[in-house]
Amino acid sequence: MRREPPQRLADYGPLFFPAGMLTVFFVVPFATMIAVSFFQREQGGFYTPAFVFDNYARFISLFFGKVLGFSLFLAVAVAIACVLIGIPFTYLLSRSARKIQIVWLVVLLSILSLSEVMIGFAWSTLFSRTAGITNLFVWLGLMAQAQALTPSFGAVMTAMTYQAFPYTVLVLYPALVRLDPTLTEAARTLGASPVKAFFTVVVPALRNTILATLIMVFIFALGSYLLPQLLGRPQHWTLSVLITDQAIYQSNMPFAAAMAVFLVLVSLALVGLALYAGQQRQAK
Amino acid sequence: MTSLRRLFFFVVGLFLALPLIVVAGVSVNARQTLAFPPQGFSLSWYGQIFTNAEWRNALIASLTLAASSALLALLIALPLAWFLWRRIAPWANIFQLLGVAPFTLPPVITALGLLTFWATTGFYGQPWTAVISHGIFFVTLPLVTLSLGFSAIDRSLVEAAATMGADDRVIFRTVVLPLILPYLVSGYAFAFVLSLNEYIVAYMTVGFTMETLPIKIFNALRYGYTPTMAAVTVLFLVIAAVIFGLVARFGDLPKLLGAMSDER
Repeated sequence: MRREPPQRLADYGPLFFPAGMLTVFFVVPFATMIAVSFFQREQGGFYTPAFVFDNYARFISLFFGKVLGFSLFLAVAVAIACVLIGIPFTYLLSRSARKIQIVWLVVLLSILSLSEVMIGFAWSTLFSRTAGITNLFVWLGLMAQAQALTPSFGAVMTAMTYQAFPYTVLVLYPALVRLDPTLTEAARTLGASPVKAFFTVVVPALRNTILATLIMVFIFALGSYLLPQLLGRPQHWTLSVLITDQAIYQSNMPFAAAMAVFLVLVSLALVGLALYAGQQRQAK
Repeated sequence: MTSLRRLFFFVVGLFLALPLIVVAGVSVNARQTLAFPPQGFSLSWYGQIFTNAEWRNALIASLTLAASSALLALLIALPLAWFLWRRIAPWANIFQLLGVAPFTLPPVITALGLLTFWATTGFYGQPWTAVISHGIFFVTLPLVTLSLGFSAIDRSLVEAAATMGADDRVIFRTVVLPLILPYLVSGYAFAFVLSLNEYIVAYMTVGFTMETLPIKIFNALRYGYTPTMAAVTVLFLVIAAVIFGLVARFGDLPKLLGAMSDER
């Protein structure tokens, strides 16, 4: 059975259900959201159909600028931290025995799927005064008294890196596994130390992969919603937190929708950039 | 080099394990405190998940939602992946793109889109809307594993069956289905585990009428801690590890995650 173009209507049969579901429950909701972002907000949480730019105009404020700036900064910082640890880790993992690889992959997948609520809870416990890591420091004599480490920027940053790290490794994994091992072998034969071979051969060969991964992790971190709320102060809230806050607690759907549309545009631009970087890699 | 590698793996492992060790410790406290190291030892908080009506209902809600939405995701992904493999129809790739989009964008976007949609159509808060929402949100996972599975099928096998007179339906049942079964199962497993843990889409669609376990934990976080939360976290981690362990045991996990098969 060769692949062939569909000829009769019946050939399209398998496509009906998936296409219908995705259109009705993804495309239409998406369009609804875009429409609502132009609606007029009424008192008491209602909104009426209209075509106004008020919701977008609200972006142009110092408060929103600060939130956006902080969200982008946080996501960049998390992406860089994850990639910095993730590249050597994934490289070493891809050179390990198959059994070790599988164990790590199961661990990473389990942590990746762990609910953001649970990660937030786990870190808030670890950073708490009563059950936290500072008790260990006291016991070791490094600290005089146990203290709470949250809410703080460091707590948010650590927990988000924790959440995004398994994702980073799984994004890097295919590229690193397929990396030609003879590349480093050649470098070693020519007298380079393993560390030098890693930095002068592996890292340059993966330049576009690294860029694409940075962008993917950046978008992933941009979506983090609970951790800034659970572990940070209000000034550590991100755009995702603000969108939910407006939608659920302030009942301002049009403004929430407008912010979401904005977030889509930022993400899409970056996905485009990541795909472009990926294509450059294949072209080489 | 080997010792350096071991040290690096150990440090990363410690970083990944530390919060989980504390949570596991908290979950066996004898009294209702969040103390670590645990004071006393008791497994009663694990019992709470099943005996306390609120936690049990949340567990049942989560399991039902995960089982049914993963099934829905599979039902959407399977015919789509089959069509894309069987036919030459470049424009149909748009649906593959639509299937991958919800998972690539920040989740709050899909959540808000679905919230406005359910509110506009008047179904907001109905439990079944969460099933559809999660089904769409996680369709990416079976779609990716199935596309991988189809691309691994040797087309000459299918051609042989066709030459012997089998039609599409027979070929699908007797040749294709057995070959993609591992990918079908792992796609379902991925969607199931992630749906079990998902918070924001569930919260935005049915958060005020139904409590899944992540929602219940979040609410419990705001209104006072209990070690039951720690017990649930450990339980979920174990469920995830067992499921992914089984996928690794009966399938090729490195290949599923993008490595070439039988390479090393």
